[in-house]
Amino acid sequence: MRKKLGLSEEKIARARELASSIVSPIMEFVEGYTTVAVERATLRIAGADGADPDGVPVPNKIVDSIRASEPGLGGGALLRYADAVLRSGLAPEALNERIAAGLDICERPVSDAAAARGKAMELVSLGLDRITRNRSRREEKLREFEGRNNDPLLYLIVATGNIHEDVKQARAAALKGADVIAVIRTTAQSLLDYVPYGATTEGFGGTYATQENFRIMREALDEVAERERRYIRLTNYASGLCMPEIAAMGALERLDMMLNDSMYGILFRDINMYRTFVDQRFSRMINAFAGITINTGEDNYLTTSDAFENAHTVLASQFLNERFAREAGLPAGLMGLGHAFEMDPSIKDGFLYELAQAEMAREIFPEAPLKYMPPTKFMSGDVFQGLVMDSMFNFASKATGQGIHLLGMLTEAIHTPFMMDRFIGLETAKYVMNSMSSFADEVEFREGGLVRARAAEVLEQALSFLDEIEGKGLMEAIAAGMFADVRRPKDGGKGLEGLVKKSPDYWNPVEAELERALGIGG
Amino acid sequence: MARIVRPYGDTMDDGKVQLSFTLPVPEGPQGREAARLAVLGWGFKDCEVVHSDAISDDFSFYVAYASTDKGVDYDSARPDAAAETSMSMDEIDEFIRERLGRKVVIVGACTGFDAHTVGIDAIMNMKGYNHHYGLERYRMVEAHNLGAQVPNERLIEYAEKAGADALLVSQVVTQKDVHIGNLTELIELLEAKGERGRFVCVAGGPRIGNKLAVELGFDAGFGRGSYANDVAAFVAKKIVEKKKAR
Ligand code: B12
Repeated sequence: MRKKLGLSEEKIARARELASSIVSPIMEFVEGYTTVAVERATLRIAGADGADPDGVPVPNKIVDSIRASEPGLGGGALLRYADAVLRSGLAPEALNERIAAGLDICERPVSDAAAARGKAMELVSLGLDRITRNRSRREEKLREFEGRNNDPLLYLIVATGNIHEDVKQARAAALKGADVIAVIRTTAQSLLDYVPYGATTEGFGGTYATQENFRIMREALDEVAERERRYIRLTNYASGLCMPEIAAMGALERLDMMLNDSMYGILFRDINMYRTFVDQRFSRMINAFAGITINTGEDNYLTTSDAFENAHTVLASQFLNERFAREAGLPAGLMGLGHAFEMDPSIKDGFLYELAQAEMAREIFPEAPLKYMPPTKFMSGDVFQGLVMDSMFNFASKATGQGIHLLGMLTEAIHTPFMMDRFIGLETAKYVMNSMSSFADEVEFREGGLVRARAAEVLEQALSFLDEIEGKGLMEAIAAGMFADVRRPKDGGKGLEGLVKKSPDYWNPVEAELERALGIGG
Repeated sequence: MARIVRPYGDTMDDGKVQLSFTLPVPEGPQGREAARLAVLGWGFKDCEVVHSDAISDDFSFYVAYASTDKGVDYDSARPDAAAETSMSMDEIDEFIRERLGRKVVIVGACTGFDAHTVGIDAIMNMKGYNHHYGLERYRMVEAHNLGAQVPNERLIEYAEKAGADALLVSQVVTQKDVHIGNLTELIELLEAKGERGRFVCVAGGPRIGNKLAVELGFDAGFGRGSYANDVAAFVAKKIVEKKKAR
């Protein structure tokens, strides 16, 4: 990639150093803790699944029961589950059914820990092998259909609330050229401390993320992929209180991308920060192992604060997300760092500032498949004007070599997309991107010009912002409202009760195996 | 006197209308004809399907122009707005001081699972929105903004403790009518406690209209592009009215 902005490499390196020293105390904290969601994710990889007649998932029943009995959850959940498998002489599926029917696996203490460990290792490798096979399958298909996807990848959302309706919309979008389908989650799923079970047909503003829904959509997209000879990636949300569990389910069902931000839940869903920091690491380790590209959520900052004034907070957060991702073993090629085209359309030269921001992200994170988000905040009921804004966004994206392009919808301010809104989005984006296909190779940005100056200024501001955060500490910075104008106290928010201190005998072979495979220290 | 108007294309009363829609049928001559007949079936006089395209194997997209004879009596149209005469911040402060002689306590929240805070913040926070200060800035208003994802029960409990005069409720997500359920629940909870009369209740959000809000049992509703002073003017007048009635 040719660099066009003349950004100071020293400053970029300095920003990375700062990000690293901001993140390292958080990682020290994270190491000492597990959460109910991390334990449930571990159990799921080892085969725990299903739900009782009231809809309480088996992994929740197990974890709750372990928490309620001596010595609690500090030692991890897997040993007990493996012990129950062993003692019952049942396959995990059959044991799951018993648990769903009311069996409490904590009624008796673990009888033979060594044997249980052996069983656990066996269960875990079955799960991890399945994930590895999924990964190979994806790589194979991407090779087979090489050169058939758009560049950037065209990413579309479906959000009907009904997985079967979603399938229709997703198929239509994929047939018309979409490369990535994201099933938006229903309102409020991020605040559920469990993952619902089975296929679902009711949701608000989105569809429940369940393992069965993942499977249904995967199958539908694979079918279209064969027909179109183009791999269609599937995306969902490893975010909210069940971040690691959803990562595990996505890995088991061969999702290709996961929305996964180190701070989004804290800032926008008021989830406790300790909980989120622990959960995000484990979920990202699973993503990394499964070859799943994460999409971070910097775009959201610009919905509550001004995109021109606060452009540097997006860059700073990208540096932090990059660092957190690296700590979890994610390579740069799987980091879909986020940003957005959200400047007030009335700003003179606003488009040039957008170009500067997008090009800057491209140059600072050259290997990351940047996830670029369309205008949302300034979209209005004027769908005609909205379509022009989306077209400018399409232009900026192609001109700066973004990796993952979330298509704008002309009806953004009105409703979740209708089928025809998606169609118009795709057709107009394909037109813009084709007609300016080689634009990026043709243009340079003038030295001393507006674009270079803006990029340099944003980098400079991001540096002093990171500097300030480093001085304060990240948790204190969040508490002080330094991100997105939102204040979150350390002990506030949802889910803190699900944080558990690891005891000295904490045992989690999934974590250990992932750390080994990813080459990161425990 | 009735004043009848029709849509205008390029000649008075030509009644021209532009439409676009999707049909669950494959693209092709039959689909295009079906689209034309559909438009005529909606009561249009004539219709030209100017564009069609396949969205997928079994869905197709149409752009059509049509014209209508049907006119509407402009004078009979009543705008759906609560605050017919708004006031400025200073006028409102003055009005409250004079007529009530004490601060008005207003509690606001975005309720249910709705996580959108920007709308309620635009109304309540000091900074306001689009050069209109928010309620926190008003000298005669004591504003409490509880943020988003607030259960109705908690809003009521808080309002009771704070001695609120008015509740402001924001609802942004409307898919599958979640907002209707949420708003209705609030009113039902208040009624069950015999407290509906105690508070002025106002709903707001981009898809909320005054008519809808009133139907659901609120005193008023404020939609897209409303500002703090519109709401404050309404609330202040309403409280004064209630005081008089007592
Ligand atoms: C920003 C945004 C977000 C941000 C919110 C950040 C935040 N802290 O608020 C984030 C990214 C978190 C978000 C999430 C979601 N969003 Co959203 N979001 C938007 C967006 C882009 C802008 C909304 C906004 O801030 N407008 C600016 C404010 C100032 O305008 P306003 O809210 O209309 O408020 C004004 C008036 O309505 C009125 N008003 C509002 N409230 C009140 C209250 C009172 C009492 C009064 C008097 C007046 C009043 O006064 C305000 C000033 O004029 C809109 C699209 C758009 N362009 O409108 C989608 C949109 C609202 N979101 C939508 C959806 C579906 C969601 C999600 C459910 C998606 C998902 N499945 O995850 C989640 C919601 C999760 C949840 N639990 O609620 C849909 C809603 C569709 C519908 N009609 O149901 C929209 C329209 C996008 C779309 N086309 O799909 N979103």
